[in-house]
Amino acid sequence: MKLLTANFLVCAVKSCKGSPAAFPLHLRDVELELQDVDFQPEFIRNIIPRVDWDGLNQMANELNFTNIPQTKPEGETLRNEQVLRDLHRLLLETQVTEGKLICGNCGHEYTIKEGIPNFLLPSHLV
Amino acid sequence: MIPTPDTSHVSYDTIYEPSEDSYLFLDTLSSSSESTWLRSRFTTPSPSPLLLEVGCGSGVVLAFLTANSTLILGRRDVLALATDVNSDACTATRETVTRAVEDRQQQEEEPTESVSRTGEGDEPKSVCLATVTGDLATPLRPGTVDVLLFNPPYVPTDDVPGLPPAAAATSPLGSVTIAELSKSDKFERDSYYLSLTYAGGRDGMEITDRFLDAIPESLDPIRGVAYVLLCAQNRPEEVKARIRGWGEGWRAETVGRSGMQAGWEKLVIVRIWRE
Repeated sequence: MKLLTANFLVCAVKSCKGSPAAFPLHLRDVELELQDVDFQPEFIRNIIPRVDWDGLNQMANELNFTNIPQTKPEGETLRNEQVLRDLHRLLLETQVTEGKLICGNCGHEYTIKEGIPNFLLPSHLV
Repeated sequence: MIPTPDTSHVSYDTIYEPSEDSYLFLDTLSSSSESTWLRSRFTTPSPSPLLLEVGCGSGVVLAFLTANSTLILGRRDVLALATDVNSDACTATRETVTRAVEDRQQQEEEPTESVSRTGEGDEPKSVCLATVTGDLATPLRPGTVDVLLFNPPYVPTDDVPGLPPAAAATSPLGSVTIAELSKSDKFERDSYYLSLTYAGGRDGMEITDRFLDAIPESLDPIRGVAYVLLCAQNRPEEVKARIRGWGEGWRAETVGRSGMQAGWEKLVIVRIWRE
């Protein structure tokens, strides 16, 4: 699972929908792997507007990626190749192979195994 | 003729084998009327579209759309995501989409007149973000999906099998591995997973109804569009009327059809969107 995926995932428990604490899910005990992807500045520029930037910042902090801009890049910053390269590396080249995604609202842990997160719920949470 | 994505790596013990309904999906998405409509909805510059197939099975539909994104959506910068309750299907789909993108986007796709080249060297390659074991779009942040695809279990049946237990994806049978299963236990497991691919319960609509109910929440509020396959017993005309009844500009039209049975199309694909 590419790290960008985490920006689109929320807790699957119905009562967590809409709770601000249910997004982003917290990555824990992760194993990361870098996978080469051709750098395409235009693609990254088109991905930026659809990223929830607070969610991304929180995730980047938890994983100790420190070179992500605090605010969503706009205008001139979108032509800064280093900024785009850092985002490319974090969002598209970094894969989560093992670990957990934890909901900040209900505490449910979703396991990631061999790169595939498991969002099936135990019957008492469905 | 656009090639069908390679699924030679997929084991059909627990996964639905691409069939007439899957191919109707491919033909519909790549028809000139549908791709013209999609290209005008996703004109550049605009944010990269997020494509989600739920109940992805072999992944053939999502792989086809992603790998042929220039032709169908008019752009390469798309993000593909899939869910399925069967973790085997998630593993298979990841491979199907990745392979299809490699196969189709190594060389240029057949250029079409309406697609303009960017002129700044290579075009980006479409990205397979992840496949997620889960139920429909429940793991997705609301309002994020641009193109939502579903070839549902649509066969009317007395019952709908329950979803796999949460533990099934990580340890299918506790400490026993699949290879250690007895023949009859393996048969039972395979039959259960295959039943999930077709059993639709009452009118074949029980899963599709849950899918439809979640569409307004899942789709991008401005440009989101969903495609769902229905069979005659699902009563497509009633389904469309119901969607139009949501108000707020919701539309539903049949955009693909195959096979005639007593004057009715056997299978149809319905496009659901907001204007």
